[in-house]
Amino acid sequence: MVLTERILNIPFVRRSDTLRSFVTAAWLGWQIESNWADPFLFAVYSFVRPIASMLILVVMYSVISEGGVGDPMFNYIYLGNALYILVGMIITGVSWAVIDDREHYRVNKQLHTTPMDHYAYLMGRGVARLIIGSISVIITIVFGVLVFKLPVYLNVINWPLFLLSLVLGILSLAAIGIIMGSLTMMMARHFWSLGEAVAGGIYLFTGAIFPLETLPVYVRWIGFTLPVTYWLELTRRALLGPSASGFPTLAVFSNLELIGILSAFTLVLLVASVFVYRWAVEQAKEKGLIDLETSY
Amino acid sequence: MAESMLTDVAIRSTPRVEKARGFRLFWATVWARAYPRIVGATREMSWLFFETLLPLLSVAAYVFVYKAIGAPEDYIGFVVVGGAMTAFWLNVLWSMASQLYWDKDQGNLELYVLSPGPLTAILLGMAVGGLVMAGVRAVAILVVASLVFKVTYAVGSIPLLLLTFLLTMSALYGMGMMFASIFLASGREAWHLANLLQEPIYLVSGFYFPVKALGFWVATAASIIPLTVGLDAMRQLLFTSDPTLGFLSVEVELGILVVLTVVFISAAYFLLAKLEEIGRREGRLIERRR
Repeated sequence: MVLTERILNIPFVRRSDTLRSFVTAAWLGWQIESNWADPFLFAVYSFVRPIASMLILVVMYSVISEGGVGDPMFNYIYLGNALYILVGMIITGVSWAVIDDREHYRVNKQLHTTPMDHYAYLMGRGVARLIIGSISVIITIVFGVLVFKLPVYLNVINWPLFLLSLVLGILSLAAIGIIMGSLTMMMARHFWSLGEAVAGGIYLFTGAIFPLETLPVYVRWIGFTLPVTYWLELTRRALLGPSASGFPTLAVFSNLELIGILSAFTLVLLVASVFVYRWAVEQAKEKGLIDLETSY
Repeated sequence: MAESMLTDVAIRSTPRVEKARGFRLFWATVWARAYPRIVGATREMSWLFFETLLPLLSVAAYVFVYKAIGAPEDYIGFVVVGGAMTAFWLNVLWSMASQLYWDKDQGNLELYVLSPGPLTAILLGMAVGGLVMAGVRAVAILVVASLVFKVTYAVGSIPLLLLTFLLTMSALYGMGMMFASIFLASGREAWHLANLLQEPIYLVSGFYFPVKALGFWVATAASIIPLTVGLDAMRQLLFTSDPTLGFLSVEVELGILVVLTVVFISAAYFLLAKLEEIGRREGRLIERRR
């Protein structure tokens, strides 16, 4: 709370409803996610799942390749799955914030009657999961480097490309998360599956763990309509350096072209998220769904 | 006085409802708890879409991984069968193990405790209802994924396969009944515990690859989870590929499942009684703050 108070006391933050809502929501989200256990147990819970999920793929790969890891396909699968942790965390994070506030803590009515920027609040609630997800990604990649000789070297990483693609990727994921959260506000059933369904679809269609060429031709195009496909490709190129460029997926695009495509997706999604959010809140209020408690 | 006589006559003329006791009470309680899960599921079918679509997506993703690395065809079948069995594991985690905790949160647990029905019957009812729901989901995944990915099965003995499945379910839901008490005692950590027991169990139980690949000792330790041996036995009975892919022989795995069934159901009975006793004594059984 000390850090949060310091941030909230920065003059331009104090004067802005949006920034105050964002910072306070980020603090609240962090408390909800982390304060149920001591830090060590929380850390264990945070990285056991992603590591286990990674090891499933490692064992699958090892069984077929008879123990061989470390070739380009293995690196492709490993990095894609590690980075995908962020996708799941951010997309489902915002919709879960809506579910938590509405169904579990039952405070949605109070939240919507307080003088705050609720869009920024939802974005802020996603920050906690972003932090946890980022830590999991780092741990998973470090684990890969140490145990499976994943060729990610600090001196080879294209840092500007990595950081730029990371910012764009996170913004586009946050926008998708806000859209999911907005739709959740209007749902009385299956709301807990929405984020997971979208994240699952992205896992399958973006080539997170296999090259897009493996998908049947009639569904392959779906991957090209999703920003995550381009983000994963850019991040792989940034982290793996020259060894990543050999993959057939999106090989015809240069880094600059991929950045351009991802930027366009991010912009469109951010604008769309604002409109969808406003429309969803209005619909939820009109239909009396804003403080619905379904116990579903 | 006249009013009192009328009441007396009314009471005498009303046929007496026989109070359910013993097995009848147990069975009525089981059915009462299973009812909302079985009948309720048919009242609003939209759950089928989400319950089958979500696991199908991950099953498809793992199938494409095997395709991308050129795995033999039987491995596609391994993933499909493993993916179908995730329905039961998720059901045990979220609708059995976590259920009493959620019931406490929603205020139902105190009604269960106050009712004359035994808590074990309530848990069994939850298991029966959950088994039906998860069964529908598993069949849907199995059928759709088998058709989409053209999986071929070579079933040697259908009765043996059915016996394996039934024993796996008995042991698994027995484990779920046991977990229900443990999760209830763990309070807010129940949610995180259930989350934690997903991917790590998919890994150690070999949901997407033969468990033998993990090595003898890991596979042996993982055999405490009924799905590890159950899935391994079912794969041996469903696919003709290299018989050495099985961890243990089907007969041995059936024996392990019988032992696990007895142990888990006994433990569930004991733990539930213990938890109820401690909860009543300390007044924490229906406390919702934890």
